[in-house]
Amino acid sequence: MTDVLQLTGISKHFGAIEALMGVDLAIAPGEVVGLMGDNGAGKSTLCRIIAGRFTPSTGTVRLDGKEMHFRRPSEAREAGIEMVHQDLALCDNLSAALNVFLGRELTMGVGPLRFLNKRAMQAKAAELFAELKSETRPGDLVKQMSGGQRQAVAIARTRLSEPRIVLLDEPTAAISVRQVAEVLDLIRRLKDAGIAVILISHRTPDVFAVCERVAVLRRGTKVADKPIAETSPEEVTGLITGAVESA
Amino acid sequence: MSHSHTGSAGFDPVALAARYAAPIFLIVLVALFALAEPRFMHPLNLMNILRQVSIMGLIAIGMTFVILTAGIDLSVGSIVALTGLVAAYVAKGGLDDRFAIGAAEQAGNPVFLAILAALAVGALCGSIQGAAVTRLKVPPFVVTLGGLTAFRGLALIFSGGGPISGFSPNYVWWGQGRIEGVPVPVIVFVVVAVIAHIVLKTTRFGLHVYATGGNAAAAELNGVPVRRTTFLVYVIVGVLSGLASFLLSARLNSAEAVAGLQLELDVIAAVVIGGTSLFGGAGSIFGTVVGVLLIGVLRNGLVLMNVSSFVQQILIGVILVLAVAVDQRAALRGADR
Repeated sequence: MTDVLQLTGISKHFGAIEALMGVDLAIAPGEVVGLMGDNGAGKSTLCRIIAGRFTPSTGTVRLDGKEMHFRRPSEAREAGIEMVHQDLALCDNLSAALNVFLGRELTMGVGPLRFLNKRAMQAKAAELFAELKSETRPGDLVKQMSGGQRQAVAIARTRLSEPRIVLLDEPTAAISVRQVAEVLDLIRRLKDAGIAVILISHRTPDVFAVCERVAVLRRGTKVADKPIAETSPEEVTGLITGAVESA
Repeated sequence: MSHSHTGSAGFDPVALAARYAAPIFLIVLVALFALAEPRFMHPLNLMNILRQVSIMGLIAIGMTFVILTAGIDLSVGSIVALTGLVAAYVAKGGLDDRFAIGAAEQAGNPVFLAILAALAVGALCGSIQGAAVTRLKVPPFVVTLGGLTAFRGLALIFSGGGPISGFSPNYVWWGQGRIEGVPVPVIVFVVVAVIAHIVLKTTRFGLHVYATGGNAAAAELNGVPVRRTTFLVYVIVGVLSGLASFLLSARLNSAEAVAGLQLELDVIAAVVIGGTSLFGGAGSIFGTVVGVLLIGVLRNGLVLMNVSSFVQQILIGVILVLAVAVDQRAALRGADR
């Protein structure tokens, strides 16, 4: 299977600070890769480069073998790269359906007289939640939802287009154990749909539960990139902290 | 009334009471005044209340858009002063015969030009403030506090201190005229309120106003044009202030630089009493109309009962604080979840 995303020699510096140094990473369709590392290791920077929020100082981003130069997140999104932010980027005062469609609302009407097509958005959102096997109801306010349901809203949003890659930034950082299981299920559904998933996480158990491969960043360089089957939580923890040099 | 943006919530008696506190209080107040003072329910008096609140109500509608984005506009009273003078100036065709009654019919411009001028200057004031908020990143409170003094100063310079009065009958009709017994300003207020309600609840822009107030950073990440939306709400309140000011000058048959002094306080009080959250993201035009009516009914009823206007001020102040306390409570409950 050919890789959907290919990063080659990605470096990023902010002034004198080297956030990333020559990072390579490739991912195939339907593959779930865990991206791990300590705070400041460069995980977020790498993700923001993929999602078009930063441009790399050097190195290339290839999507389906084609070199991409995203200048803003909307360009990456159009190319099929969706990102679920750590804080989920939800508006608590709006319903689940409106959050799913925020910025990409469905409208009806003629010419400049256009009105929101709430019925269509509700229906489509309900469909997406059903696909994700989430109990989230499209009419409910996000304010009143559990952490797992909020994740479902943020993930449903990525399914509006036909995404190739979904980046998840610490989706299990701030939710209960039962909700973590829900979120991991959501990730499996994305995989089943042939979407490549990059899971940024601090939590080794989550990565081992759902990923096929793990890449570890330490101080801006990739120190490991290997199948889950060939490593152990102990080794990964050692790689993150530096107790294990590289693997 | 539709709460469609804010969806269907589970049953929560406190939230429900908080949502309908203002309408319930309005009904209670009307009932109390009706019992205490028979003249209160007279159709002429009720129409009078509507006419009195319609001008402030137009600005409150604009203010609702601003407060929904978690902003504020303190400058509306000063915009009223400036735009009223501009409308009067255009209608008169200059300052030469600023007091001459009926002179406009010979020398001045048609009324629609005066209206357009007031709306345009209101839009300009709003654009300047909107740009300062979105481009210079100055907090709205500070920007519009600056506008409050600057636009008032401009109005004073423009008018040379004195009023401009005595307009053509066509001009005055907008403030004093009636259609089928209903005062023209009331009709304008109702039409604008209905349009504003539709815009907020059924259009993409309306949704973006709620999203910007709910979580601007999240809205931005999802591709909502937060900056443009924020800019536009200040333009809207500026335009509606211009429209209200034109109606006010027509009603008084005069425009002056001290018009609309402290109007911002009444307007903000009406919006907040109507349940629009100062934290942004929650509220409605329906609520604002209720808030505006509440203040109007309270003023009118107390006057009929010979209660001093100083007592009115105290009561409105207390109700304002109570309204925010209810809002605060609802916000805290939201944060608990």
